[in-house]
Amino acid sequence: MQVKKVPIVKSILSANDRIATTNQDLLNSHGIFSLNIMASPGAGKTSLILKTIQLLSSQYKIGVIEGDTAPVTIDSDKMTAVGIPSIQINTGGDCHLDAMMIEEALKQLKLTKLDLIIVENVGNLICPAAFKLGTHLNVMIASVPEGDDKPYKYPAMYRGVDVLILNKIDLLPYITFNQDYFLQGVKMLNPCLQTFLVSCKTTEGISVWTDWLAEHLKAFKNQLP
Amino acid sequence: MHELAVTESILKTSLEYAEKEQAKKVTDVFLVIGKLSSYVDDSIQFYWDYVSKDTICSKSLLHFDRIPAKMLCLDCQMEYDLGDDLAPCPRCGSARLKILTGDEFRIDSIQIEK
Repeated sequence: MQVKKVPIVKSILSANDRIATTNQDLLNSHGIFSLNIMASPGAGKTSLILKTIQLLSSQYKIGVIEGDTAPVTIDSDKMTAVGIPSIQINTGGDCHLDAMMIEEALKQLKLTKLDLIIVENVGNLICPAAFKLGTHLNVMIASVPEGDDKPYKYPAMYRGVDVLILNKIDLLPYITFNQDYFLQGVKMLNPCLQTFLVSCKTTEGISVWTDWLAEHLKAFKNQLP
Repeated sequence: MHELAVTESILKTSLEYAEKEQAKKVTDVFLVIGKLSSYVDDSIQFYWDYVSKDTICSKSLLHFDRIPAKMLCLDCQMEYDLGDDLAPCPRCGSARLKILTGDEFRIDSIQIEK
């Protein structure tokens, strides 16, 4: 009997990463830009998506993929109500979406008719950022009532995103939230993180985010072959 | 339930490499986990025993090499290991940091019998 050590040196989630790459190739081939929206439950993922649709759907054709752990259609019903094609994924208890679920969802959307796909991940701050979906930008929503210590407690999430949106800033006068402390934690983990301060309720800051996204979409379309 | 997904992924990769080597048995799996990708703990050995049952990885041991988060202060160039809490540079207080290590999340190797 021979004992041998076999080097691997691969990401633990490399099988998922491979499917994510295929998903992105598929999206690119259709000229579709995509976002993976992550946050804890109640931070305002659905509200932000609806606001984004409100401001951008006259210029861009948008589709949504909704992830939930339970077999509910509350969020996808809201998208359908505003005329947006949406696919509901029920993860059956899994706390995150993975690339294979997105692969299946993409088969159900009419890709030739879309410019932007927004994926709403399962509400969770522990692991969704580790599971790549193949989307172009990882967007995290934090909200004022969650507290200013979240970057310190969930470093992996803050490390794994490209855009941070701090929502519910209309509550700042009523809640103890040290914005400097919060932003210092963010800076330590992810110094180049693009950050927006918004309120989905009052719409403060929303157009700054959607203008930025529209610019990104334009640049994406322009660099396509 | 991300532990299960993570464990299944480790199994898939381990089996793929073991089969390439025509291994009879996998005895050990070596994982490298950085402090900032902190959501994998030793409990995955429990999931591992379950998912690897009936495969050549059955009864193999998972080894965790835990890598500290090493930071470099971009203002005073001090290098330091992060403790349990995320904190600015202990010498000059700057939050302009570069993370040198701590993001690791990989399967390093497996030990097989053939």
